Amino acid sequence: MEKFTKIISTAVPLPIENIDTDQIIPARFLKATDREGFGKNLFRDWRFHKDNSINDDFILNNDAYFGKILITGSNFGCGSSREHAAWAIHDYGFKVVVSSFFADIFKGNALNNGILPVQVSEDFLQILLKTTLSNPKSLILIDIEQQTITLEETKQSEKFEINPYKKLCIQNGYDDIDYLVSIKDKIEAYEAKKIEL
Amino acid sequence: MGKTLFDKVWDNHIVTTIENGPQVLYIDKHLIHEVTSPQAFKELENRGIQLFRPKQVVATADHNTPTKDQHLPVKDALSKKQLEQLTENCKKNQIELYGLGHKYNGIIHVIAPELGITQPGMTMVCGDSHTSTHGAFGTIAFGIGTSQVAQVFASQCVITEKPKTMRITVNGKLSKGVLPKDVILYIISKLGTNSGTGYFIEYAGDVFENMTMEGRMTVCNMSIEMGARGGIIAPDQTTFDYIEGRKFAPKNEDFNKKVTFWKTLKTDTDAVFDAEYQFNASDISPMITYGTNPGMGIKINEKIPSENNKSFEKSLQYMGFEKGDSLINLPVNYVFIGSCTNSRIEDFRVVANYIKGKQKAKNVNALIVPGSHLVAKQIKEEGLQTIFEQAGFKLRQPGCSACLAMNDDKIPEGEYCVSTSNRNFEGRQGQGSKTLLASPLLAASVAIEGKIIDITKVL
Ligand code: SF4
Repeated sequence: MEKFTKIISTAVPLPIENIDTDQIIPARFLKATDREGFGKNLFRDWRFHKDNSINDDFILNNDAYFGKILITGSNFGCGSSREHAAWAIHDYGFKVVVSSFFADIFKGNALNNGILPVQVSEDFLQILLKTTLSNPKSLILIDIEQQTITLEETKQSEKFEINPYKKLCIQNGYDDIDYLVSIKDKIEAYEAKKIEL
Repeated sequence: MGKTLFDKVWDNHIVTTIENGPQVLYIDKHLIHEVTSPQAFKELENRGIQLFRPKQVVATADHNTPTKDQHLPVKDALSKKQLEQLTENCKKNQIELYGLGHKYNGIIHVIAPELGITQPGMTMVCGDSHTSTHGAFGTIAFGIGTSQVAQVFASQCVITEKPKTMRITVNGKLSKGVLPKDVILYIISKLGTNSGTGYFIEYAGDVFENMTMEGRMTVCNMSIEMGARGGIIAPDQTTFDYIEGRKFAPKNEDFNKKVTFWKTLKTDTDAVFDAEYQFNASDISPMITYGTNPGMGIKINEKIPSENNKSFEKSLQYMGFEKGDSLINLPVNYVFIGSCTNSRIEDFRVVANYIKGKQKAKNVNALIVPGSHLVAKQIKEEGLQTIFEQAGFKLRQPGCSACLAMNDDKIPEGEYCVSTSNRNFEGRQGQGSKTLLASPLLAASVAIEGKIIDITKVL
């Protein structure tokens, strides 16, 4: 996993609530057996019409908006456990997703793939959406050490939560498998003494 | 202070707690399928790690499989490749696979309970969000992503934070025609699709106590549609009777010993939950969804509510509805009865009982997809197959099918489908398809009438 500590970037605002994993990556693209290449089908049915022509109304197709940060409405990533959703977001080039609420499994999947889910208050989310919508050049700074997200123009800022263990993982590019393999003797000891309630 | 059922099972599976961090939870059973496992096997290989406990892994092929001519080679090249990889990976790692054509093949959340793999007090995971189904047995079961599938392969553990606990109590007597599916659709419509995020839900009260195991599975299955990690119901005599005699169930003395233990699996009277909700059974009616998330549900004879919110309006626009519309008399051309929510024998008995002696409407394409080969066998043995065929329904071979339309069973663009599955997301059943979630009974009535009717008036 790549490590990162700070990101400063423009953002793509997507002010829709309850974006489910079927919209992030539709099921028909789940037949691959690798992790790569999902970015081209990110939000596939919103980005393209059924005849594969580009939907100019969708924000990802508007050249003015780009960046490493995706800002979305509440309850992002609900629905299925498909990690392909996180792979698609990562492969497309996003490193951070900002929302006022994340679905559990998506949040875990994101963190396991070096994407930082930043949960902000609904008020701050609305400020971020409004600012980036009206000025696509607005810069946003995410500082993992300080756990802050700042709108550079106005210096409006908010702190976000991240589990200390996950923070270490992201900062050091270390992941759960590394850790689990390192405690194998503990797991075996648990198995040996596993008793019923 | 007493403990909740969830706490009891959870605490019993903690290997260690990371300082200031999550916990390492031991997993008793790991279920896998073809779609979310290949990258995890690859991860293991890349790191040169051996699969830790192959005997605790069970595999099936379900998401991608055709529901016709399963004895022939799979036509879709990508699906075929994914299925072959699963077979190869299972062989290499000595994992028991109930692949396509196997007599135990079927949807993972249907076969594990019916084979007696799912048992009270266990922890179970699967790279599939509807793993919550198994909570019906007093099991902690939840969906995980592919990175976590690799973690479980490597260590038989997951690293996770302990969820908060919620209890949803429903007391009273359900009205005629109200099925377990209606109970859960009602709860989700009241609480919303993110109300359960961060929680594990225990369902309590006489409504669940009086439910069959099939019904409890339907309820727990949809816990994830509230955002919850899972749902759980205390095991009781109904649970023990269901498990006894199944293929992998403990036998004789072992079984009795287990039952003694299973009986301890209930929430202590003085246990405190982080959140509690209560509903009355008599308030629940047959339900249907009108929008693009499972929380957008109404009673069959209610009108679509008015909400001034962009996401709500976008959803109605996709569905082709207006605020204040009634769904009664809406013509529907597709009916899907299947998925891990409603594809067990009891669901098909309900359908058969309603359609017996009737004919499906001409405009309707009615698809019946059993959850497993064992269910399919029972359908035949109980004579339901004849009823379906005489009524003009298409009975297919088991699999996920039109629930997520990864195979050929797709709902065409712009068409409404009344479906017994669990998700009505945009395009879930095929690009541009419009899904209305409902119970098997309501779905059967739509197939017969060719339009949505007020089922409460004909019962
Ligand atoms: S039936 Fe549908 S919800 Fe259930 S496991 Fe299959 S695809 Fe998922």
